[in-house]
Amino acid sequence: MYAQMVKSEGMKSRDEMTPEEQAFQDRVDRGEKIEPKEWMPEGYRKTLIRQIGQHAHSEIVGQLPEGNWITRAPTLERKAILLAKVQDEAGHGLYLYSAAETLGVSRDELTEKLHSGAMKYSSIFNYPTLTWADMGAVGWLVDGAAIMNQVPLQRTSYGPYSRAMIRICKEESFHQRQGYAIMMKMAEGTPAQKEMAQDALNRFWYPSLMMFGPSDAESVHSAQSIAWKIKINTNDELRQKFVDQTVPQAEYLGLSIPDDNLRWNEEKGGYDFSEPNWSEFFEVIKGNGPCNRERMNARVKAWDDGAWFREGLYAHAEKAAHRRAAATTAAE
Amino acid sequence: MSRKEWPLWEVFIRGQHGLNHRHVGSLHASDAEMAIHHARDVYTRRKEGVSIWVVKSNDITASSPSEKGPLFDPAESKAYRHPTFFDIPDEVGHM
Amino acid sequence: MEKAATGAILNPVEDRFVSDDALAPAFFEWLCRMGDSALVLGHRVSEWCGHAPALEEDIAMANTALDLIGHTQMWLGLAGEVEDKGRDADALAYLRDALQFRNLLLCELPNGDMGVTIMRQFLFDARHYALLMRLTGSVSPRVAEIAAKAVKEASYHLERSSDLVVRLGDGTDESQRRMQAALGQLWPYVDEMFVADAVDEAVAKAGIAPDPSDLKAEWEETVRSVLAEAMLDMPGPAGFAQTGGVIGRHTEHLGYILAEMQFLQRAYPGARW
Repeated sequence: MYAQMVKSEGMKSRDEMTPEEQAFQDRVDRGEKIEPKEWMPEGYRKTLIRQIGQHAHSEIVGQLPEGNWITRAPTLERKAILLAKVQDEAGHGLYLYSAAETLGVSRDELTEKLHSGAMKYSSIFNYPTLTWADMGAVGWLVDGAAIMNQVPLQRTSYGPYSRAMIRICKEESFHQRQGYAIMMKMAEGTPAQKEMAQDALNRFWYPSLMMFGPSDAESVHSAQSIAWKIKINTNDELRQKFVDQTVPQAEYLGLSIPDDNLRWNEEKGGYDFSEPNWSEFFEVIKGNGPCNRERMNARVKAWDDGAWFREGLYAHAEKAAHRRAAATTAAE
Repeated sequence: MSRKEWPLWEVFIRGQHGLNHRHVGSLHASDAEMAIHHARDVYTRRKEGVSIWVVKSNDITASSPSEKGPLFDPAESKAYRHPTFFDIPDEVGHM
Repeated sequence: MEKAATGAILNPVEDRFVSDDALAPAFFEWLCRMGDSALVLGHRVSEWCGHAPALEEDIAMANTALDLIGHTQMWLGLAGEVEDKGRDADALAYLRDALQFRNLLLCELPNGDMGVTIMRQFLFDARHYALLMRLTGSVSPRVAEIAAKAVKEASYHLERSSDLVVRLGDGTDESQRRMQAALGQLWPYVDEMFVADAVDEAVAKAGIAPDPSDLKAEWEETVRSVLAEAMLDMPGPAGFAQTGGVIGRHTEHLGYILAEMQFLQRAYPGARW
């Protein structure tokens, strides 16, 4: 998902837990929210910082592939909608960084870790957006996959994270729909438009399936995160749900999912489908995807070029504060 | 961290219907006036509010959970919390 | 979504000027000037999305760009009605070439650093606000209606850009140097905002819009006080004013903007998006 392969802690059995840890786990089990200043296991805090940070980075890097097309949007209305959507992603990054900051890490620290490669972002944003249909595919598939993960995360145990997810889900309700609306226009459009739509689906299908991360059925890391309610569903559950939801939507568009093995399985009540190429996934995560360098260079450049601006405002605020203090002293 | 980071602010917004200001989230800004501007741009994109308060996060004094009792007592309310604002809309999760 | 809908005026008020054939050519030209400046500046500002110096600033600039795109939809929508040849706002935005574009040169200049972007915005906003305020009293009800909506946004734009000019002018040595350089670079383009030609005279005579030269004093007053507070030097009169945008004689930059902006409409004629 936006937080793929977040390293967690090994699962502790109840006997291995300290009394504090047991009490903490009881609270989580009862569905209580954990709040910033309350006691929490160090592993819980660290895992959350990694996960929320990675989620925030994904929102910010995720602005870039769609941002590509703001200046090329085909109508004034499409331009406004796309800009509003990409702007929302900046907002979502901001909410998530704020949630991470309640855990004792600053936004600048997280930003530097992103830039140095110490922290990751979702693999999906390392794929290029080549035609206007990609704006449709990204909204429909990528936001669709993201929503699938984010809706259950509204119930996550950490209060600030849960509240950020609630706000994000509320705002995102239009994102997937706008993507699907673009796909509908393209799919019912000229042959060239339809070709673009099919091509976009072909390119984004497997990368979208990868967003959920590799199968984690056996993973102890996942088990701990699920026990802490930092993770609500397994990767495989969400991937299956995504496929089941998306296939009929593709059929409605008259587009075909690029998977010869795709078929309805009556027994499990879901589709059987091909796994994405996981070695490609690991390469993309490592930095060898089609656009990793471009994405990171763009972020670093924005940050570096903006340094004088941030410092200028900071300096002005300090000067103004000194002037106010001096004026107060003089008046006394 | 060689450079100084803009401080963190907590944002409170009063909606159209005369309810109390409510905490909606945080942001970074170089000073209070900028924080108001940013809050307008970040937290009222969907016409959520008619009045904004900002306060430096560092200036908030929060009640803190005591070492033992409340922490282990589920009936005790949590010590420091941000309110939750929005009902989850029906359409979340659907198309 | 909400923003995108701002262009649609559902129940247009009665406005005899919209169907005034004698006035139509000048009125159409003037509306294109309003719409094209908003469009081209909105386009430029939107280029920052995802690349701004801080998240808060990224979001703020996107708001400005969204407002300007909304203004474009309203002005060019009305222009299409006045022209009465079946062109809507999109047709005007996406299917005219540089020679037919009527925006101020200032709006098409490249973003440069944040100093240039903020200063360009400020110089534009100071005039935009003064103009829209007067247009709220236009004899054309449709123009007054659009202006009433746009001026609320322009007022915030001016507040924000003035504030940033002051802060960056009176910030670090580097921010001051950059702001002063931006001002010097943009200054030759400000006079164009106040030059009146036959089009302006015709709409002014009809009572639709003020003569642009009437805006200069108010603009100068705003600019002078903000620059003073920012501790920036206001340049003297430009030796050679760069003009021509409003009659379709542009800088080299506009062609690239249009090539990018209009690409899909040009490459796939008649397609619906």
